[in-house]
Amino acid sequence: MIQITVEDRQGSVRDVRLDGYVGQSLMETLKGEGYDMRATCGGLALCADCHCLILAGERDLEPAKDAELITLDTRPDAQDNSRLSCQIRVADQLDGINIRLMGYAD
Amino acid sequence: MKTTRTEEFVTTDIAIIGAGPVGLFAVFEAGLLKMRCHLIDALPQVGGQLSEIYPQKPIYDIPGFPSITAQALIDGLMEQIEPFKPGFSLGERVDRLQQTSDKRFIIHTNEGTTIQAKVVVIAGGLGCFEPRKPEISGLDLFEGKGVNYMVKNPELYRGRKVVLSGGGDSALDWTLFLATIAERVTLVHRGETFRGHPDSAEKVFQLARQGTIDLLLQSQITSLGGNGHLQTVTVTDKQKNASVLEADYLIPLFGLTPKLGPIANWGLGIDNSALLVNVHDYSTNVDGIYAIGDINTYPGKLKLILCGFHEGALMAQSAFKHVYPDQKPSFKYTTVNGVNAF
Ligand SMILES: Cc1cc2nc3c(=O)[nH]c(=O)nc-3n(C[C@H](O)[C@H](O)[C@H](O)COP(=O)(O)OP(=O)(O)OC[C@H]3O[C@@H](n4cnc5c(N)ncnc54)[C@H](O)[C@@H]3O)c2cc1C
Ligand code: FES
Repeated sequence: MIQITVEDRQGSVRDVRLDGYVGQSLMETLKGEGYDMRATCGGLALCADCHCLILAGERDLEPAKDAELITLDTRPDAQDNSRLSCQIRVADQLDGINIRLMGYAD
Repeated sequence: MKTTRTEEFVTTDIAIIGAGPVGLFAVFEAGLLKMRCHLIDALPQVGGQLSEIYPQKPIYDIPGFPSITAQALIDGLMEQIEPFKPGFSLGERVDRLQQTSDKRFIIHTNEGTTIQAKVVVIAGGLGCFEPRKPEISGLDLFEGKGVNYMVKNPELYRGRKVVLSGGGDSALDWTLFLATIAERVTLVHRGETFRGHPDSAEKVFQLARQGTIDLLLQSQITSLGGNGHLQTVTVTDKQKNASVLEADYLIPLFGLTPKLGPIANWGLGIDNSALLVNVHDYSTNVDGIYAIGDINTYPGKLKLILCGFHEGALMAQSAFKHVYPDQKPSFKYTTVNGVNAF
């Protein structure tokens, strides 16, 4: 089972089961689960609309590549635990992570 | 290309708001029917999302081009519409749209340009690209009074104390440039490194080592001070140590993000930040105003360049009745009629 905890932009927290989404990006998955996800660039790590904070379990994720880090550098609200959810693939390691979606309508 | 500026008055058949791929191709479809166009875009260059977000990415679903980079497609569109001599107001945002008693439209931009047209085509995509703003309390109090999100006129900073913040290419490039004319330049960056452009990053580190600029890494701007005009910037580092810097200007450089913006206030039918249209001709609920490309919505809408081109062709046939009320549009293949330049 892969289950993660998601805090949306309004602050409400919910557990989400990801079993059916293995191999897809976390951004697409969250969109499929009904989360508001503008994703202007469609998942190319260019727009940062899918910016999220990894509140717990960051070490279980593959580290970010340069393209992702470059785009995060352009976010005024980026933090050390910032990631772009379009660059994270759903896999068993995600089980138990805790994320917060960040705003894009700034 | 001509960029009009400062209080210009333009008269045209069709005013096209947005010079992305869809707005550009609409000039061609309108031109075939002998309608003149003027394009307005908030960005300083044409091409919309393609030139602003992904100029070097290849696109694979443009008919007849197995692969074409976004910028090459825009360059091709510019060449294709050249015979129809469109006018351009670039770097200007359309703020207001009015209708006169004789059913013409008047468009006002934030730079004071006025455009009078018989038809308005909104090809505004995802909206205006606007600077991303960092969350610093009181930031808006100093906007235009020391806080600028773009470097429009570098001379403004000559001999002044300037703080820049950001970690992308534009933050690095402007730091290097302003270091040559400002009294003191400080670059504040949240990270430890700059991944964008290794060359400019190396130059910035070198200037910092030489003491020519101040580089504050792993730091963030937390508050601003001043009396009417910016005077100080407070920077807080990772260990939560705050220091107050004297600053005449703060330039936060965090890229651009699209916002629907003024289009939302023009009394047009809207659903979820997109304009509702009639799929027969992509007209809005106001006679004479059309919406094509990413900005519109209808059942089955796909945000694709291809679909926007189709919408432009149908729009032009319908717009003809507003421009030439006494004539019927004649549909002819370009192979038969060619492209008759203005
Ligand atoms: C990374 C990425 C990859 C993509 N890949 C593909 C692909 O492979 N194939 C495909 O078909 N599509 C793709 N798309 C989608 C495609 O880019 C859009 O469908 C297309 O740009 C829509 O064109 P447009 O002319 O409607 O709007 P835009 O390109 O968004 O242009 C709209 C313009 O209007 C301007 N504007 C808005 N409001 C105002 C105002 N009030 N005043 C002045 N100017 C205004 C904006 O500044 C902007 O320049 C991709 C998009 C992205 C971001
Ligand atoms: S969707 Fe654009 S960066 Fe992730």
